[in-house]
Amino acid sequence: MTAVPPVDVERARARPTGHLRLARLVLSEYFTLVLCALYLAAVYPFVPEMLTAEVAANVLSDMMPLLVVAIGQTFVLVIAGIDLSVTAIISMAAVVGASVMTGTGGYLAGSPLAVPGAILAMLLVGLAIGAINGLSVTRLNMPSFIVTLATRMFFAGAAIWYTTFHSASSSIADLPAGFTAIAEGDVLGVPVTVLIAVAVAVAAHLTLSRSRLGRHIYAVGANPKAARISGVPVARTILITFMISGACAAITSVMYVSRMQTGSPIVGENILLDVIGAVVIGGTSLFGGKGKVLWTVFGVLFLVLLDTSMKLLGASLFAIFIIKGGVILLAAMIDTLRHRLMATR
Amino acid sequence: MTDSHPARTPPLLEVAGLTKSFFGVRVLHGIGYSLRAGEALGLVGENGSGKSTTMNILGGVHQPDGGAMLLDSAPYAPAGPGEAIRAGIAFIHQELNLFPNLTIEENLFIDGFPRRSRLIPLIDRAAIRRRTEDLLAQVNLDLKPGTPVARLSQGERQLVEIAKALGRSPKVIIFDEPTTSLTRREVDRLFAIIARLKARGIGIIYISHALEDVMTVCDHVTVLRDGALAGGGRRQDLSVPAIIAMMVGRSIDTVFPPRTVRPRAEEALVVEDLSQPGVAEAISFSIRAGEVLGLAGLMGSGRSELARMIFGLDRFARGRISVAGRPLENPTPITAMEAGIAFLTEDRRSEGLLMGFSVAENMVLTSLPAVAGALGLVDGRKVVDTAVSMARTVHLSTEKVSDTLVKHLSGGNQQKVVIGKWLLRQPAVFILDEPTRGIDVGAKQEVYRIINQLVERGSAVLLISSEIEELIGLSDRILTLCRGELTGGFERSPGPGPGFDREAIMTAATGVAVARTRTGTRDVA
Repeated sequence: MTAVPPVDVERARARPTGHLRLARLVLSEYFTLVLCALYLAAVYPFVPEMLTAEVAANVLSDMMPLLVVAIGQTFVLVIAGIDLSVTAIISMAAVVGASVMTGTGGYLAGSPLAVPGAILAMLLVGLAIGAINGLSVTRLNMPSFIVTLATRMFFAGAAIWYTTFHSASSSIADLPAGFTAIAEGDVLGVPVTVLIAVAVAVAAHLTLSRSRLGRHIYAVGANPKAARISGVPVARTILITFMISGACAAITSVMYVSRMQTGSPIVGENILLDVIGAVVIGGTSLFGGKGKVLWTVFGVLFLVLLDTSMKLLGASLFAIFIIKGGVILLAAMIDTLRHRLMATR
Repeated sequence: MTDSHPARTPPLLEVAGLTKSFFGVRVLHGIGYSLRAGEALGLVGENGSGKSTTMNILGGVHQPDGGAMLLDSAPYAPAGPGEAIRAGIAFIHQELNLFPNLTIEENLFIDGFPRRSRLIPLIDRAAIRRRTEDLLAQVNLDLKPGTPVARLSQGERQLVEIAKALGRSPKVIIFDEPTTSLTRREVDRLFAIIARLKARGIGIIYISHALEDVMTVCDHVTVLRDGALAGGGRRQDLSVPAIIAMMVGRSIDTVFPPRTVRPRAEEALVVEDLSQPGVAEAISFSIRAGEVLGLAGLMGSGRSELARMIFGLDRFARGRISVAGRPLENPTPITAMEAGIAFLTEDRRSEGLLMGFSVAENMVLTSLPAVAGALGLVDGRKVVDTAVSMARTVHLSTEKVSDTLVKHLSGGNQQKVVIGKWLLRQPAVFILDEPTRGIDVGAKQEVYRIINQLVERGSAVLLISSEIEELIGLSDRILTLCRGELTGGFERSPGPGPGFDREAIMTAATGVAVARTRTGTRDVA
């Protein structure tokens, strides 16, 4: 028996008090977007460049690779899992893709199929590592934290090892112009990377919010037992989310490699904190069952704004780490607070 | 036990005029009751009648807006649960508050381990052991203090909880639905302990939906309805039907609605030779379309496990299952559902529902293809339409299916959501495991009505219940299960009367003759 019947809350909601108004803001879909605006307003006096077209374009292009991999992470967090291997997937896909298309000894060097072949190979690497993660979690009943920690170490090392077979240096260069054009090109003024990220975001949004798979993902995240009894293919759903995360990481890899014009086994090595941090800042719950693509877009935006402004302010790398760490901690605290507010709602 | 000198001793606990509002809505309208030392007071009422709030006030969880409480003739107004415990109020909750990973003794002293001395902050193990042994003896529990709680049965855990309460020398012990997850034998043992507690002068407050139990245990009964006193009195002056009438505000002549149809000829579910070592032993039975087959058995008899095997949740070593003549091989929940089976589990909170999700989201989870629109995407409008129409079918308390989270519903309405989500699939076979556990009298009626509608439409129902009256009232046939084996089959005898031999069923289900007969149940059935 609940002490507070829902009717009472309904009535209380009609006349929000200060406390309730705050609660509603914290619970709102657009909380992170509000935070972005507040943050911009706060730093604007110190770094007025933030609002120039040039910086805005920079923010946008910085956002895109991070956004795609964070969207994949969102899927995994919603099923109450975590994917720590995304950075290793980015690295592995980078060197495999580069080894396929590089002009110096690539498998498809000079062929018109070099670029599509490389991209396909990168996606397959992402899906394969995602499948390894997913199968380990579902078949062997291992916690995703330890599975992906292990695959992260394994493939981070494997990427460097793989590089030694294809290049004398520490990365695989001499990539075809058709590939590097992805980072530089645009369609009617819209950068290609933005188009890719938007396509991924729209597809991911529709999948999570409207498809049967999406319903299954939320159900598994909220209560796997009840989901199983309701006929949800729990194991398959978990496997698919890890494969989605892997594929998203591979797409991010495509963006990074084309921007850096070289396949490096340490590309994206440092972004793991940013990826998980952005998703959590957006409001996706680490407890599972709750999360949206739109929230992740806001979370990534916030993190990139923070990064850019700090760099413009001339803050040291260490200072940026300290501040980001603090913000992510705060986001995790808000997640807990949201949980408690939900419980009393 | 007796009312020999009621007037001479002042009441142990006296409560008058309690009022309480939440968010401006009054949930208690002047509740009063009194409890004498060595007596048991039954507190009954439907969900939402104010029992929990009344007890939470006594336990210091909530503070009343008005009214007064006297404990041992002294004013009693606890500011928090800690204060209530120190004042001598012990609360044995329905969901026990023990740590399964710790031992019995560690659980008993979790809130204050005695130290060797003030200087050496080491736990005095020997003292704890002596004290635990003493407390366990008081509740007749023959277990070693070092036994991990995880190894205890539900009934044993409850006795440990009582021992924990006794360690604080309580004046009043509140029992909230203590018998829901106990076997019959454990219930008898609990009632014996309660009698001993009464003999020691402890006052008992007993909250339960199981009215027969209340009539067995309690000297007085107080009935609440909609946050107000609806009646009550001495046990001798009351009957179960009279209490039900007070609870619902009208008299219920027939608890079990009459059914107009007879089972059809065709067999909807056939189970042959189903076996799993230690769980099920060569179980064979069938259910016809339009038939309710009752399954009686104690906790641990394998009745839930049987249902889980048929639905593909648990494995079985041997056996065949067929639905509507088609074999169902190596069932999984998905293939079982495709074959037309629906399964309401005994634990709706952790297995039946996504508690933090809306009514609509819960209802359509089992029938997503039916609410899919273009491109296979889920059509939001279809979801709402489907859920609203099902909410009406099952008489759900709300039609705001997208805004109402399931966790905000009462137990009875939550159960209607689980039933609704399976009805959407129009199941040929509906397995109902304890469909009325923990729900109030009114909601039970609704469940019975829905079961009748189901069989009238030609579904087959496998009904598992701990309440023998429910099985007798609803079933066309009853099978008894004991330690994984079918031990008896009973056909409803035609004509007026209960239709089944209650004693024979109980005997077959327990494997031993039933010592205790419950009073007042025939009148209801």
